[in-house]
Amino acid sequence: MIKKLLDKVKEFDTKDDTEPRSKKLYGLAALYNTPNEIIEAAAVVAGKGYEKFDVYTPYPLHGMDDAMGLGKPKIGFLSFTFGLIGTCSALLMIGWMMGIDYPNIIGGKPFFALPSSIPITFELTVLLTGIATVLGLLILFSKMPKLNSPLNDTEFMNNVSSDKYGIVIRTNDDKFTEDTVKNLYLSTGAYDVQEIFYRESNLTTKTPIFEKKFIGAIIGTAVITAVVSYFTINYVLYDIQPFDWMWMQARINSQSKSDFFPNKSGMCPPVNGTVAKGFLPYDYKGMPDSSVKLLANPLAVSKSVLERGQDRFNIYCSPCHGYFGEGDGRMKGLFPKPPTLHSVKVTSWTDGNIYHVITNGQNVMPSYAEQVSRDDRWAIIHYIRALQKSKNAKEEELPK
Amino acid sequence: MDYQKKPLPAKLGKIGFALLGIGLLSMIASFAVNSHRAFFDYLWMYMFLVSIGVGSLALVALEYLVGATWSTPFRRVSEFLASIIPLLVVLTIPLLLFGMHDLYHWTHPEALATDPILQAKEPYLNISFFTIRIAIYLLIWVGFFYLFIRNSQKQDITRDPALTKQSIKFSAAFAILFVVTIAFASMDWMMSLEYHWYSTMFGVYYFAGTLLSAFAAATFCSVKLNENGYLDKKLGNNNYYSFGTLMFGFNIFWAYIAFSQYMLIWYADIPEETFWVMMRMKGSWSYFSIGLVFIHFVLPFLILLPRSSKVNPKLLSVMSIWILVAHAYDLYWIIMPTYFTEGFAFGWSELGALMFAAGLIITVFKYRADRTNLIPVGDPKLEQGLNFHLN
Repeated sequence: MIKKLLDKVKEFDTKDDTEPRSKKLYGLAALYNTPNEIIEAAAVVAGKGYEKFDVYTPYPLHGMDDAMGLGKPKIGFLSFTFGLIGTCSALLMIGWMMGIDYPNIIGGKPFFALPSSIPITFELTVLLTGIATVLGLLILFSKMPKLNSPLNDTEFMNNVSSDKYGIVIRTNDDKFTEDTVKNLYLSTGAYDVQEIFYRESNLTTKTPIFEKKFIGAIIGTAVITAVVSYFTINYVLYDIQPFDWMWMQARINSQSKSDFFPNKSGMCPPVNGTVAKGFLPYDYKGMPDSSVKLLANPLAVSKSVLERGQDRFNIYCSPCHGYFGEGDGRMKGLFPKPPTLHSVKVTSWTDGNIYHVITNGQNVMPSYAEQVSRDDRWAIIHYIRALQKSKNAKEEELPK
Repeated sequence: MDYQKKPLPAKLGKIGFALLGIGLLSMIASFAVNSHRAFFDYLWMYMFLVSIGVGSLALVALEYLVGATWSTPFRRVSEFLASIIPLLVVLTIPLLLFGMHDLYHWTHPEALATDPILQAKEPYLNISFFTIRIAIYLLIWVGFFYLFIRNSQKQDITRDPALTKQSIKFSAAFAILFVVTIAFASMDWMMSLEYHWYSTMFGVYYFAGTLLSAFAAATFCSVKLNENGYLDKKLGNNNYYSFGTLMFGFNIFWAYIAFSQYMLIWYADIPEETFWVMMRMKGSWSYFSIGLVFIHFVLPFLILLPRSSKVNPKLLSVMSIWILVAHAYDLYWIIMPTYFTEGFAFGWSELGALMFAAGLIITVFKYRADRTNLIPVGDPKLEQGLNFHLN
């Protein structure tokens, strides 16, 4: 299969050479031996008023732009603009990332610090300047989407890309006539004059760069290169299983050994007396007559506390105690009936005593510490007090 | 080749003498008023002359070493500027004899007695070894100066290409010795002003400034000589372009080194390194430091960036003076905060030191130019240099 592919590539590679040229003339080309000759020739051609001509040299010649009468090159403005865009976007990017989006303290420096941003700003400036210059040159001067200049794969191009200096005047110039151009070339010292014909494919408007096959090949190459290099670099350089960067952290897994701690265990029990966040230890478990009765309700009575208490009471207490605390809950018959909460015994209890019963349980009532949080228990107590008051309110306590 | 020497105008020598005289008088007055401040001004002036003199010799060596042809017609300019080097020997003597106590706190016995850091540095930082080192630097600079000048002068008469070959060998040795001596000289003269401070980049920093200022001085003199027709034939854009580009490049190199030094100190944030920067952030020095960034880098960068300004002789001569001023500004920024601890000041004594330096450079240049051809007529590369074309 690879051999087939290589053959295809070879076939594609040599295709242009064999493609027949049309009878249509693209331009007349001349070759010179020295850089000084070509600069003089370019000056003469430009002086005669030709406009559609170009010079081809193996390396850049200083002074050629003057000789060709090109005026001030515009590409510098493009480079400068993109350089500025690079500078600004780098500063904005770092400012946004480090200062606003994901501020991190690094070495005690400000979130956004100019000195540490300079290297990246410099890199981005140079990058954008370089890309803009190269792309600008390709698009503006080499007519980028069109890759297939009639000059390609000619003897002329072979010469000017190694050690000769060439000039081409195109037929679409107003002043072009074959004889005058040929004579002009010979009078400026050209050692060879060649006719360049269009290829058949040059005369169509098709641009090979947008062909599906070409774009597919480019994308395929990119994907294959990326995947292969990702896996190779991971294996060869770091000896790490691909995609496992996060998993391969230096950390201690639970149940595993660790030389860091003196007991060689990766898991450490909390220090004695540690209090978990949000939980206070209840020291009165199983001690009904202790100082628990002295505990005071930490919550002040308010509408929201009472509503919260009612809500919790209706969920956790009312199944047995009933909605009004009379011991007539929905569980009757299935479970022993609890005594009423309106008895003298319970009304004379302190808040701390009720809290103890909810937390610790009493007789067949289990502890509700797991289900009802500390604050909720105190809220329930406020609600129970309200229920008790509703049953035993005196005349003068009623709002007028 | 037949070359008719055109003498420099006598006015130039008078200007040089006037500046030199006023500068000398002002420096003498300054010593009488406040010798402490006067020695700092003197050191500032001295380091500026080292930059121009030794840097110019390095440019001469560089030209031999890389076989540059574009700069051959201008080599004499750098040779004339390098003629400051023998005078440096004379200028060093007052510093070593009288200035050490005023300039360098590490020479004080009471500082040595109480400071463990200084005690550890004592084997290197002591007056006798300091003097020996300075003598070695001067010996190397003066020695190579005479070797290069002798060969170059002799070639004017004998036209012997073998002398160029010999000079190339000298320049290979000098290139290495120059880098080492200039780095150590900068550490001895300027870094030891604050002997607790150290920066491994400091030598490169001064090296960058030296080459840049020597190149700017060469650019100014060459452009002026060329524009007024003192060289054999008038040279154009092809040679100017190299002046502009290299001055631009050396300036970026200086900025790169300066920023690298600053960023490393900023990043590491170690007190024994940062205090040197903090001294330059105190009071009005902070404006001075920000000014350094713009005067030495940002503005010259933007002005010299377009291609048209690299071949514009007027702009080139303005920018080379600008760069020379910026280098003096840079040296002031390095040396003076040790004396002006609360904020910078610029008075008649600083101006006098600067005038003395300018006067000395002009006088030496004129003196040498009167006795030597303005272009190295015997150099085999000269013909190529005069017809230099960028392509």
